[in-house]
Amino acid sequence: MTALVGTRHLVRLALRRDRIILPIWTILFAVIPSSGARAYEQFYPTPADRASLAAGGKNPSVNLVYGPTFDLTTAGGWTAWRYGLLMAVFVSLVAIFTVTRHTRAEEDTGRLELIGSTVVGRYAALTAGVLVAAGYSLVTGVLLALMLIGAGLGAGGAFALGLGVASAGLVFTAVAAVAAQLTEYSRTANGIASAALGVAFLLRAVGDSSSATWLSWLSPLGWATHIRPYAGERWWVLGLALAFTVAVASAAFVLLPRRDIGAGLLPARLGSPRAPAALSGPLGLAWRLQRGSLIGWLIGLALVGAVFGSIANGIGDVVGDSQQVRDILARMGGVSGLVDAFLASMTGLFGMLAAVYGVQATLRMRSEETAFRVEPLLATGVGRLRWTASHLAFGLLGTAALLLAGGFFLGLTHGLRVGDVSGQVPSVLEGAVAQLPAAWLVTSLAIVLFGLLPRFATAVWALLAVFLLLSWFGPVMQLNQAILDLSPFAHIPRIPGHELTATPLLWLTGLTAVALAAGLTGFRQRDIG
Amino acid sequence: MTTAISVSGLVKTFGQTRALDGLDLTVHTGEVHGFLGPNGSGKTTTIRILLGLLRADGGTASLLGGDPWRDATSLHRHLAYVPGDVSLWPNLSGGEVIDLLGRLRGGLDEKRRKELLDRFDLDPRKKGRSYSKGNKQKVALVAALASDVELLILDEPTSGLDPLMETVFQDCISEEHARGRTVLLSSHILAEVEALCDRVSIIRLGRTVETGTLSELRHLTRTTISAELAGTPDGLSTLDHVHDLHVDGTKVRFDVDSHALDAVLRQLTQVGVRSLTSTPPTLEELFLRHYADELAGEKVGAAR
Repeated sequence: MTALVGTRHLVRLALRRDRIILPIWTILFAVIPSSGARAYEQFYPTPADRASLAAGGKNPSVNLVYGPTFDLTTAGGWTAWRYGLLMAVFVSLVAIFTVTRHTRAEEDTGRLELIGSTVVGRYAALTAGVLVAAGYSLVTGVLLALMLIGAGLGAGGAFALGLGVASAGLVFTAVAAVAAQLTEYSRTANGIASAALGVAFLLRAVGDSSSATWLSWLSPLGWATHIRPYAGERWWVLGLALAFTVAVASAAFVLLPRRDIGAGLLPARLGSPRAPAALSGPLGLAWRLQRGSLIGWLIGLALVGAVFGSIANGIGDVVGDSQQVRDILARMGGVSGLVDAFLASMTGLFGMLAAVYGVQATLRMRSEETAFRVEPLLATGVGRLRWTASHLAFGLLGTAALLLAGGFFLGLTHGLRVGDVSGQVPSVLEGAVAQLPAAWLVTSLAIVLFGLLPRFATAVWALLAVFLLLSWFGPVMQLNQAILDLSPFAHIPRIPGHELTATPLLWLTGLTAVALAAGLTGFRQRDIG
Repeated sequence: MTTAISVSGLVKTFGQTRALDGLDLTVHTGEVHGFLGPNGSGKTTTIRILLGLLRADGGTASLLGGDPWRDATSLHRHLAYVPGDVSLWPNLSGGEVIDLLGRLRGGLDEKRRKELLDRFDLDPRKKGRSYSKGNKQKVALVAALASDVELLILDEPTSGLDPLMETVFQDCISEEHARGRTVLLSSHILAEVEALCDRVSIIRLGRTVETGTLSELRHLTRTTISAELAGTPDGLSTLDHVHDLHVDGTKVRFDVDSHALDAVLRQLTQVGVRSLTSTPPTLEELFLRHYADELAGEKVGAAR
């Protein structure tokens, strides 16, 4: 047992470090399904509404995204279908990042060596990381169940759904624990575990939308849906997830002593002894630092565009005959037909995702600064503006590339479905590109903070979150238009379905220019570090 | 003699903390200048102002004849900087970083790059994060030393190097010195400063407390004398500037302020000297004296 000495202290340390972020992720993922459960009664009041919804739910392209449908005629069954898989994915992601943060990231930064030299057993750090992530998953699952019960749903199904979500978190806790043994870097460990989550999603996506249902049974995310909450619960599936978790976690504990502290089981790859010609200026360096993320985002948006484009035409089936849902979609996206409204809300989503990328790419400058990597650069012939420009190229042009990719594939797959590629691609693409001024404005807010209030640069995420919440929930909550207008995304014309109006795009771009100028001037004047 | 770096009355505050409080520093062209001071005394802050990374709140600074803040970019083409805490990009190899920094400074001497990699025994293929602290410093050192620049600004460049590499470093700096390059070397390793530096500046709490050549500074310190005399020593204890006197029959041992050596030796020769050993003061003693002042000052401050 000496190998576990100190685990208790490390768990407390981890909880202390995560005392803000973990409760937020718990409450968010526990509350969202229960709010959906309340909406069901409102959206689908009559048995006829529900019957048509259940029929439409059998659409394979919808099952690809949301999972298989079992019983959509009850609020519980619908909630489990609509939110179960999504929450399982989110909780799994949090579990992965939590395990890595308290295991590999600690080794990666060298902090574990400091802790390891005190009275701490060999397995203590890994055990602590696993306990915290597993505890997070279970607490979230149980709270989710309690919230559903509070919303008036049956307890059995609520716990089936909650524990199903928790079981996915447990499985990926174990997967992340293994990933942390394989590689030296926390980033790679997160990547490996997230890729495993992606494979799990893909397996069940194919299984649920085709006749090869067995594929879904190979995926831990598939298990979470096959517990069938509110549709004749199959509790034994939980045992499957638990057994898998124990097996994978044990593997992590077997692997741990087979490597040195700080090292990974996979050999570290050597780099090139000379810099390629492209790496000779700030832009070349920014490309090296940003390309992985940009390529990942491009593939992601292209995939999301392609998937949602392919289900767009069947969107009428998903919402059934519910007039309320049609009204809300119409209010959110446009009025000339449900499909256009859906496509327009997808381009709106792309605008927001592009803004998330733009902020992330821009804040890279701040992390380069706080890691002291920018000082040696600025101590060469590189001026501050030139260095900023090299990263802004990604914050501004990268967002444009993402909107083009997402819009193109959304239009393409939808066009292929309806046999009108030459008509759909330009109109959807126009809608996506129209989002650019809003995404740029958000990106330039990141520059303003970076230039003028560098210590609070990350507060731009909070601003962006407010904009996103206003856009997603504002129309449903029927908020005052003046409040909705605070979000730059509210001013973008909904395309397809509406005419392109240049005025809002022009003044949003003007604001962007002003914000950029302010941020860059601030950065030129301030101290580095 | 021209001046490469000239700083006077430099002031920099961070919130409540006064990091620099009227600091003066003059580095002549072609000299190796040691920049000494305890942790937190303001060495790095001074260097960052000289690099135009921080803006001074008061005083003047000039670097290679230009203003370090206003002319930062053009001045940087003529200097190379090695930070105290080298932070490399995790996904770039050491060789890539050396090439990148060299290209940004306007070109590397290929022959010198290869030679330095050999001498520092550095594998340029490893990725940034797999290097130890010492190896990260070597990456920055190779990049700086292989650049064709007039001025090297080195902020505790050897704190992670082993003794063998420390020797290589000293050889390299001596060569740079011989080529006529100016070096500002912030350091904690006194042997290194004694071996390399023409002049030193010692700073404390953001102010310069001593500056000059090593021999000038030695003048300010005490020489240790032990001697065997022909008879019993008389009158030594009454002399000013003699400290820690030990008398054992005809043997004496004491410290003397360097400027009073003459008078003290005259006193000894009056008695007659059989043998005499004199130990010159080390920089370490000088340095420790300023540290001790600070410790004493802190105690006074705490007692208040």
